[in-house]
Amino acid sequence: MAKYIGKRLLYMLISLWLIITATFFFMRIAPGNPFTSEKQLPPEIEANLNAHYGLDKPWYAQYGDYLLKVVKWDFGPSFKYKSQTVNDLISEGFPVSFILGMEAILLAVAFGLILGIIAALKHNKWQDYTAMIIAVAGISVPSFIMATFLQYFLAIKMGIFPVARFETFMHTILPALALASTPMAFIARLTRSSMLEVMSNDYIKTAKAKGLSQGVITVKHAIRNALLPVVTYMGPLTAGILTGSFVIERIFGIPGLGAHFVTSITNRDYTVIMGVTVFYSIILLASILLVDIAYGIIDPRIKLAGGKKGE
Amino acid sequence: MKKRLSIFFSMLLVLSMFLAACGGKGDTGSGEKGGDKDAGKSDVPQELSVNINTEPPSLHPGLAKDATSGTVLRQTFEGLTRIGEDGQPHEAAAEKIDISEDQKVYTFTLRDATWSNGDPVTAKDFEYAWKWALDPNNQSEYAYQLYYIQGAEDANLNGGSLDAVGVVAKDDKTLEVTLANPTPFFLELTAFYTYLPINSKIAEANPDWANDAGENYTSNGPFVMTEWSHSDKILLEKNEKYWDADTVKLTNIEMIMINDPNTELSMFDNGELDWAGAPTGALPTDAMQALKDEGRLVTKSIAGIYNYKFNTTEGPTANVNIRKALAHAINRQEVIDNILQGEQLPAMGIVPPSMFPENEKGYFPDNDVEKAKEFLQKGLEELGYKEASELPAIVLSYNTSEAHQKIAQAIQDMWKKNLGIEVTLENQEWAVYLDKVHSLDYQVARMGWLGDFNDAINFLEMYRDAEGGNNDTGWESKEFQDLLAKSATEGDHDARQQMLKDAEAIFMEDMPVLPIYFYTNNWVQAENLKDVVVSGLGDVQYKWAHFE
Repeated sequence: MAKYIGKRLLYMLISLWLIITATFFFMRIAPGNPFTSEKQLPPEIEANLNAHYGLDKPWYAQYGDYLLKVVKWDFGPSFKYKSQTVNDLISEGFPVSFILGMEAILLAVAFGLILGIIAALKHNKWQDYTAMIIAVAGISVPSFIMATFLQYFLAIKMGIFPVARFETFMHTILPALALASTPMAFIARLTRSSMLEVMSNDYIKTAKAKGLSQGVITVKHAIRNALLPVVTYMGPLTAGILTGSFVIERIFGIPGLGAHFVTSITNRDYTVIMGVTVFYSIILLASILLVDIAYGIIDPRIKLAGGKKGE
Repeated sequence: MKKRLSIFFSMLLVLSMFLAACGGKGDTGSGEKGGDKDAGKSDVPQELSVNINTEPPSLHPGLAKDATSGTVLRQTFEGLTRIGEDGQPHEAAAEKIDISEDQKVYTFTLRDATWSNGDPVTAKDFEYAWKWALDPNNQSEYAYQLYYIQGAEDANLNGGSLDAVGVVAKDDKTLEVTLANPTPFFLELTAFYTYLPINSKIAEANPDWANDAGENYTSNGPFVMTEWSHSDKILLEKNEKYWDADTVKLTNIEMIMINDPNTELSMFDNGELDWAGAPTGALPTDAMQALKDEGRLVTKSIAGIYNYKFNTTEGPTANVNIRKALAHAINRQEVIDNILQGEQLPAMGIVPPSMFPENEKGYFPDNDVEKAKEFLQKGLEELGYKEASELPAIVLSYNTSEAHQKIAQAIQDMWKKNLGIEVTLENQEWAVYLDKVHSLDYQVARMGWLGDFNDAINFLEMYRDAEGGNNDTGWESKEFQDLLAKSATEGDHDARQQMLKDAEAIFMEDMPVLPIYFYTNNWVQAENLKDVVVSGLGDVQYKWAHFE
C-alpha cells in the first residue's frame, strides 16, 4: 500500500510539473500583458514595471524563477490587486469556497443517493418516475438559471433567505442548493443504474433465496457495490466544487476562489493564473488519489497494486 | 454496516433540522428589516449600503488607477480641493489658494486638520505623496496625472531628480506648487485621487500601510475605513476628526462587491441595498425599460464617449470620404432607443456636451443618409471603384460582449442598407483586442473613453501624435497639434476653449473617429436617500448624503 501511494505521489508530481509548464507557456503566448489597458502607459513606465516584476528576463529565467517559487509555495504579488499576494488571495478565497462546496457536496450526495436508491428499488413505479424527473430537471437546468430561480422565489417572493452575499449560515443555503442541483441529479442517475445492475446479480438472488429481508439485501449487499461509480465521480466533483464556481460566486456575490480562475485570465494577472491553477491541480490530483484508495476500501476485490481495475 | 447506515440517517436528520431552523430564522430576519423601515420615520438610521461591483485593486492614492478604487478614496481622503455639489472645485484641505499672475505658481495654505489617528495634516504629506507617485521605483501607473507639475515628467520617466519637482512644503501649512504650463484645470486635478495626501509618518515607517484597514490606514476625509474584507466588502465609518465633520450625516457606509447586475437589482428591491446601478454598479439592460416605466430610473449624462475608431493608414478607411460616409449613415437614436435604452445622447462630436454644450447638436445631423451617399460616391471615385459593392468588405471589430455585439450588428445592418457596403464582424477577448487595436491591426474598432477631469483636453490630447498614447488611428495633423500646444500655454479661459473647439473641428473634418453616443449613468436609489452627489464625470460622493 505504501509503495503504491509513493508511486502515485511521484506521478502526481510529474502531472503537476506538466500542468505548470503548459500553463506557463500558454499564458505567455496569449497576446496582451498585465499592464494592457484602454489607457496605454508611457513606454518608459511599462519598461519599468516589466523590470520590477521580472518580465524583462528571458523566458527560461522566468520559468526557472517560477518553478522555484512554486516549490517554496510563494506565488508572489498579484499584478492587479496590489494590496494582496496570490497566497493571500488563495488563503482568503479557498475557505469560503470550501465551506460552500462541502455543503453542496453533502446535499448532492445525500439527496442524490436517496433518490437513486428509491428509484432503483421502486423500478418502473411512480417513485422511480418522480425521482428521475427530478434528476433530469436537475441535469438539464444550468446552475445559473437554478440560482436566479432560487433567488427569485425563495429570497425575493417568499423572503426566507437573503438574496446574496456570504455572511451567515442562512446566506450559504441558496448558493449551496444551486451548486448541488446538477451533481445531485447526476449522482441519482448513477446510483439508480448501478443499483439496478447490481440487483440483478446472482449473489443478490442468492441472498433473497437465503431468505434475507429486502432491507438487509439492499444495505448490506447492493448499495456497497452500487456506490463504485458514484465514488469515481466524486473525485473530480469534489475538486471542482471545493475550489469554487465562477458563475455561482458571481451571482451570489461570494468572495470565493472561483472568480479568480476566470478574472485572472482576463486581467492577464500572470501570478494569479499560475497560483490558482497549481492550487486547483493539487486538489484535483489529491482527490483522484483519495478516490482510488477508497475503491479498495469499498470493494476489496479491487487490488490497488493492480491499479487499473477500478476504472 | 448497520452503524454506517445509522450515521447516514442521522446526517440526514441533522441536515433537515438545519433547513427547518433556517426557515424560521430567515422569517424573523426579514421581519426585523421591515420593522426598521417603518419605525424609522422619526430617527432614521444614517447607514448607507451600496454596491461597488469589484474589489478595489489598490486603496493607495499613488497606486490607484481605476474607478472603483477612486470611489472609496474619494470618501476617505481629502485633497487640497474637493469637487462640490455644484460640480466646481472648492477649497478642502487647503483653506486658501493663491495663484500667481502667470498662473504657474499655486500657493496652498492648509487648514488645521488631522489624520484619523490624530497626526496633523501637513504640507509635507502632500509633497511626500506626489513625489512618492513620481518616484519610478514605486511603479505608479497613474503618475502621469502629475505631469502638469514642473519637473514631474522628467523625474518619472527620464531619471530627473525628485528634488527638482515643483512641489515644496514651505512650512507645515504652506504648499507651493510650480507648474510646467499654466493649467486652467489644475484645481480640478488637486481633487483627483493621484493628488491626495498620504500620512507621511506612517507611510515612511510602513510601506505596506495601504494593504488593509487598521491603525496604519489613516485618512483625512469624511469617512475612515474600518474594515476591508477583500473581494467581499468595505466598511466606512464617519471620521469624527474630519475638519468638516458637521456636514457629514451618514454614520456608516457598507460597500459590498457584487459583480452581477441582476443580483444587484434584486438586492435593492429586497431592501438590502440603498442604491443600484451606475456609477458604482450596473443595472441589467433588460430591466431598463421596466424601471423607466415605473418612473424609478434616474439618468444623468456623464463625460464619456462610445466611438468607433478608423484605421486611417490603410484599406478603404484611409479615405476620408468613406469615413464620413460611414459616420453619416448611422441612426444613433435608433441604437440608443432599441439597444442601450439608457437615454444616452447621440454623439456627432468628440467632446461631451458637459464640456462643449454645442455638442448636444454636434457637427452634422444624426442619420443623414443623403449626405452619406454623396460622401460615398466621392470616396468610391477617389478609390477607383464604380459601385459600393466593389468595395472589399469592411471588418468591424469589438471586444467580446453582448452589448457591443448588438450595437455592431445594428450598425452593420445600417451600412448595408443605407450604403450597400458589406461589413464583417469580428470579436476578440479584451486583452487580445486591445493588443490588436493598439498596433493598428484593424479597420474599424470599438473603443470608449471617460474623462478623468472636467476639461475638453481629456478627449483631444490622445489624438495629438499618431505614435504612442491612445490614438490608435494613425491620424495626425499639424494644425491640430499646434492648436493643442497653444492651448497649453493660454491663460485665458475663453480663448483656450475656442482653441480646443477649433481643434475639435479639424478633427471632425478628418473624422478618424466615428462618434456614436455620449454615456449616461442610470441608477435607482432608495426614496428617502438624499444628496448623494454624482459629478459630470460620474464620480460619486457621500459626504453630503443622508436619509430622511
